[in-house]
Amino acid sequence: MSTPLIAVEDLTMGWGDVNLLEHASFEVLRGDIFAILGGSGCGKSTLLRYLIGLETPKGGSIRIDGVGAPSLEVGRPAYGVMFQSGALFGSMTVGENVALALTEWTSLPSDAVDAIVRAKLRLVGLSGFEHHHPSEISGGMKKRAAIARAMALEPSLIFLDEPSAGLDPVSSVELDELILTLNQGLGLTVVIVTHELQSIFKIAKTCILLDKKTKSIIARGDPRELRDRSEDPEVRRFLNRTTEDA
Amino acid sequence: MTASRGSAFERAFQAEHVGMVGGGIEVRLAGTLEFADAPALWREVRARLGSAAPAEVRFDLSRVDSVDGGAMALLVQAKWDLETSGIPCEIVGAHGGVEKILELYGGDATPKRRPREKPVSTLEQIGKGTIDLLLEIKLVLAFFGSMLLALGGVIRRPGTANWHDVPPLMNRVGADAVPIVVLINFLIGFVMGFQSAVQLKQFGANIYVADLVGLSICRELGPLMTAIIVCGRSGAAFAAELGTMKVSEEIDALRTMGFGPLRFLVFPRMLALFLVMPILTLLADLVGISGGLLVGVTSLDLTMAGYLIETQKAMRMWDVFQGLIKCGVFAIAIGLISCQQGLATSGGAEGVGRRTTSSVVSSLFALILIDAGFTMLFYVLDL
Repeated sequence: MSTPLIAVEDLTMGWGDVNLLEHASFEVLRGDIFAILGGSGCGKSTLLRYLIGLETPKGGSIRIDGVGAPSLEVGRPAYGVMFQSGALFGSMTVGENVALALTEWTSLPSDAVDAIVRAKLRLVGLSGFEHHHPSEISGGMKKRAAIARAMALEPSLIFLDEPSAGLDPVSSVELDELILTLNQGLGLTVVIVTHELQSIFKIAKTCILLDKKTKSIIARGDPRELRDRSEDPEVRRFLNRTTEDA
Repeated sequence: MTASRGSAFERAFQAEHVGMVGGGIEVRLAGTLEFADAPALWREVRARLGSAAPAEVRFDLSRVDSVDGGAMALLVQAKWDLETSGIPCEIVGAHGGVEKILELYGGDATPKRRPREKPVSTLEQIGKGTIDLLLEIKLVLAFFGSMLLALGGVIRRPGTANWHDVPPLMNRVGADAVPIVVLINFLIGFVMGFQSAVQLKQFGANIYVADLVGLSICRELGPLMTAIIVCGRSGAAFAAELGTMKVSEEIDALRTMGFGPLRFLVFPRMLALFLVMPILTLLADLVGISGGLLVGVTSLDLTMAGYLIETQKAMRMWDVFQGLIKCGVFAIAIGLISCQQGLATSGGAEGVGRRTTSSVVSSLFALILIDAGFTMLFYVLDL
């Protein structure tokens, strides 16, 4: 049986007097593709920022692989992150973006780093683009490059923030297939924040649904089962928007 | 209801003003209300209703065949304006598509009165400005503290710093600034020479132009003008660069990859400034003196050798060192303020612009303050 890779207990997040989520608890199992769903403004991307350690919880705890609050800027990162915009460094080439963490956190010689960079870019379908700058590639390619960068240090966990946002349907499907390949082929645990239900029904094994009004998680489980069997009208209303497409 | 004929427009629509019992006005509109004709309708309706100050107004749309969104928006706004100023108003007779557009634009809604903003008193504005300034100073000092900690980390483990970016940054901050530093400081020396010559000539003390220009440039103007140029060029660039990285999540991405922005981004920038500013200042001193020399040779009948010997006699090495000490502190101030402002950016492109401006203004203020502080200190210590 899978053990939880991420354990969130009694998490309260927000700023000042405003709370976006209160007393939320959930677990992400090893090898899962875990989706964080919810309407606009409910705090999906903010929750992701808490999970990756960019924000400090107002209450509760987040443990990744049994270790307490994720600490950034201290040692080699335990996971990879793909931000919504890709967040590639504009002053570096795609290859340099992928190589950055490798040169910082490993003692590999430069030719070995280059080989790994080429392999990572090949994995995400960007062979031959290592010398391009981010401004010279499309939005979908930037997201692929960002995934390659997030995977540079062979993490067992990767966070993806709105990977399909702004992509055409074909690029979106290709990205879904890439995520499935990474999960099934490499055993990568994927935490994904998205609005794209079509994509969720295709790739996610587990999901949670955040609710802005109650500031809580109103559903959790297999997204397809929730869509078909949930008795909560709010959950059904949210997940049934694309029943015919799924 | 008593009817009286109003005027009709030569447009795709017709408007007829009809007087109502009790001093009201009914505006009967007919035809097609299009956005292209809306300005004429708007002016006409407002002028007539404004001058008449009616007891009530009714817009009758029963003979309107079609209306577009722009025209309806203006009609609804006219209704709301009347209601807000206490004149009851209604729109009647809308049918079919016209009724749908009317509903869409909130024709049946009651206007919400905008709460009037309470005027802020001068005292309150001064208080708020002071608190904001103190908060900014607190943030810069906190940033300075974090930077010292990061510097301590770099000293303990030099390999963790981003040395790779230092040479290109030195090139950008230093080599690229040479032409403008040379030009500005040469002209400053030149102008100072002329201005002082006018006064000193009266006493037959032409030769002392060399003393005045040399001391002023090396002690004061060379470092200060160089710092102002670097602040405008590189400080603004640093703030904009880091601000853009912040709003495009690149700083967050760096942090999740285990790179502290202070060590990776701020440290190389501050080091580049610290290394390059003294070189630029020495260059500024040299060309500033050359500017004075040109005036002395061409306008004051001085020889080049005489001018240079007088400069040498008037100056001590300490005068040059004073400028170098100042410029080192200027470099730290520019680096700290511009990087802190850049990393504090939020709110997209507008936020980047605001922080860049703020960085330049704050840096200039800090430079003048530091310069005044050093000048007083050196005077008091008789240095």
